[in-house]
Amino acid sequence: MMMCKEATRLMSLRQDRPLTFQERLSLRLHLAMCGACRECDRQFTLLHGVGRRFGPAEDDEPPASSS
Amino acid sequence: MDDKAHRQERLAAVRPRLVSFALMHLRDRSQAEDAVQEAMVSALEKHDSFAGRSGYETWVFGILKYKILDAMRAQKRQGRWQPLADENDDEAIDRLFQQNGRWQPEARPQSWGEPEAAFENERFWQVFDACMIALPDSAARIFSLRELMGLSTEEICRELGIKENNCWVMLHRARLRLRACIEQGWLEGDAS
Repeated sequence: MMMCKEATRLMSLRQDRPLTFQERLSLRLHLAMCGACRECDRQFTLLHGVGRRFGPAEDDEPPASSS
Repeated sequence: MDDKAHRQERLAAVRPRLVSFALMHLRDRSQAEDAVQEAMVSALEKHDSFAGRSGYETWVFGILKYKILDAMRAQKRQGRWQPLADENDDEAIDRLFQQNGRWQPEARPQSWGEPEAAFENERFWQVFDACMIALPDSAARIFSLRELMGLSTEEICRELGIKENNCWVMLHRARLRLRACIEQGWLEGDAS
C-alpha cells in the first residue's frame, strides 16, 4: 500500500511527465482515501500555474490540469 | 507621442514584473537588473521583429528568458552555484513525514480555500515571493525554470547537465517545501 510520502512524489511527477498506468492507478487509490494528500495534490497543481502571473493570460494558458 | 517613446513607456510599465521574474531565477538583485536591462535594450533594438503574433509582453518575456539562461550559465561557469549542491538536503522533507511515510500530524496539508482565488490575492504573492527566497538555491532555480519559465525537465537537465531523475527529485522537494511554507504564511495571515 502506497503511503503519503510516495504519493506526493507521484503528485509532483505528474506535473512534469505523464504517469504510467500503474503509477496513475496507485495514486488515484491513495487520493481516494487520503484528504491531506488531496489538498497537497491541489496545491501542487496550483503551483504549476504560478507562471501565469508573469505572462499575460491571453496566450499563456496552461494546459488543462484535469486528470 | 511618437512611436519610440510609446514603446519605452510600455517597457517601463512591464519592468517591475521583468525584474521580479529574473530575480526568481538568478537570485541576485544586480544580476537580475542587468538581465532585464539587456532584454529591454534588445526589445527596443529588435522592435521590427516583433510580429504581433503574440502579445507584446509575452514577446519581451521571451527575450528576457534567453538573457536569464545566459546569465545562469555564466553563474554556473563562475562556480557561483552548483545544480546539485543541496541535493542531499533531505532533512526538511523527512520532518514532514512519519517513519511509515504518513504525514506528521502538524504537517498535514490544509485547505487553501478556493485555489484560483489565491492568485487574485496580493498577499498570496507576498507569501509566495518570501517562500521562494527561503528555498535552497538550487531548488528555487530548478522550480523557476520548470514552473515560471516553463521548460520541460528534459530541457532543464540539458541546460544544467544533470540527470532527469535528479530533476524530478529536486522538484518534488521544492514543491513540498514551497507548499509547506506558503501554507504557513497564508493560513497564519488569515487567522490574524
